[in-house]
Amino acid sequence: MAIEMVKISHVSKAFEDFVVLDDVSLLVNHGENLVVFGKSGTGKSVLLKCIVKLLVPDEGEVFIEGKNVHTISNAELTELRKNIGFLFQSAALYDSMSVRENLAFPLIRNFFFTKQEVEAKVKRALEMVSLEHAIDKMPSELSGGMRKRIGLARSIITEPKLMLYDEPTTGLDPITTKEISRLIRDLQNELKMTSIIITHDLSCAQIISDRAVVLDNGKIKYEGSLKELTASTDPFLHDFFTSDIIEE
Amino acid sequence: MKNISKKHSAAYKSIAGFLFGVGQLFEFSLRFLKNVFLPPYEFHEIKKHMDELGVKTLPIVSVTGFIIGLVLAMQSEPILSRFGAESVLPAMVSLSVVRELGPVITALIFAGRVSSGIGAELGSMRVTEQIDAMEVSAIDPFRYLVVTRVVACSLILPVLTLYVVFLAIFGGYIAMILSQGMSLQLYVVSVVEAIRFGDIIPGVGKTFFFGFIVGIVGAFKGYNADKGTEGVGKASTTSVVLASLLILVTDTILVKITLMIWP
Repeated sequence: MAIEMVKISHVSKAFEDFVVLDDVSLLVNHGENLVVFGKSGTGKSVLLKCIVKLLVPDEGEVFIEGKNVHTISNAELTELRKNIGFLFQSAALYDSMSVRENLAFPLIRNFFFTKQEVEAKVKRALEMVSLEHAIDKMPSELSGGMRKRIGLARSIITEPKLMLYDEPTTGLDPITTKEISRLIRDLQNELKMTSIIITHDLSCAQIISDRAVVLDNGKIKYEGSLKELTASTDPFLHDFFTSDIIEE
Repeated sequence: MKNISKKHSAAYKSIAGFLFGVGQLFEFSLRFLKNVFLPPYEFHEIKKHMDELGVKTLPIVSVTGFIIGLVLAMQSEPILSRFGAESVLPAMVSLSVVRELGPVITALIFAGRVSSGIGAELGSMRVTEQIDAMEVSAIDPFRYLVVTRVVACSLILPVLTLYVVFLAIFGGYIAMILSQGMSLQLYVVSVVEAIRFGDIIPGVGKTFFFGFIVGIVGAFKGYNADKGTEGVGKASTTSVVLASLLILVTDTILVKITLMIWP
């Protein structure tokens, strides 16, 4: 029987009069890779931020491994977050720190590793994203693709159980997009993580996902396999994926 | 009639917005006070910020301190000589810079240099999701980014003020050499005789509060910045204006209180 990792139950969120999420419910099981599609402004990032309590929903509940994220104590939330990785759209690398310091930061702050252990983990994470040579660079010296890879390395360095990706391939060229997508898939296989991936990119989803969800106007428009989704005759879904399918 | 009611509603809105902002700043300060005494203590970060802030402001406060003393003595000398009171010039210069000019001018320069810097730095971290990234990595960004900077500002400003006071008194001495050829020994004796313990403590002591204001206002504006780069710019400029204003208001209150304690 599948075990629930994330349960989103009747979540709604509005900013002033603009409803972004409207009664959204979703289940993600352990080890599953769920892709969330949707037009810009349909609440995909808001949904991700509600999961980790960067935003608080107006209504509804979010559970991670059975714990209600929005009612547990701060100490419990901190413990929970130690098992969550989050790759931001902009990678959100700390500007004032080198790549080494960026990667070491969550390890030093949250765990009791020795200096040698931290160094070894940093090198291993950089090896996984093939950027060992960038260890002493500052974020300003990195290209967009490199920043995404370093962001990914920082997110997985603590070996989280749950990984959230906010548009991991946006703004990248097709080759780097495929590289990042394959890298995400390989990391998922190696670290056995559960993942929720927000993307517009069908090719990225095809490489990474087990299941897909489409958000439209704050509601779930479709939930099921990617194959059925791309073959859908629904006008909205058809329009949404047509351009990608033609390119294929 | 419609125009008047429109103006009134705009005025009410801006007053309500101002009061709401004051409330938020107060809440932010309370959050700081709640967190500042709780472990883990970020001594390394505080020391790093103190070094950075001190080095950043040292050149400008050095020049300012020296010139304040020099110009104050040059300006006052002809006026005092009208009353035959040139001999009190060292005392007047030193008391002015110790009690008021040194602390307030250092604090205002510090606000211009540091409050805007903190506002811009944290604002940019906010809009590029670095603060969110920290939070989601189970690291408390408030403690790591805000508490350390505010403590560093509160501790470094009194040190900078003492340095400025020293330079201003030295500036006064240079003016005295130029105008009267006064000896260093006589100048030092006049200054030491004039300054009492009750002049130094409130003068330098109040800069601890000014430092707190500079840090908390910059951090508040930056930490709550939004609307992309526009928000960062706004956080930077408004933090200087608000910090300077609060320093002057706080100074008025503290002068009144200290005069009651050390008349």
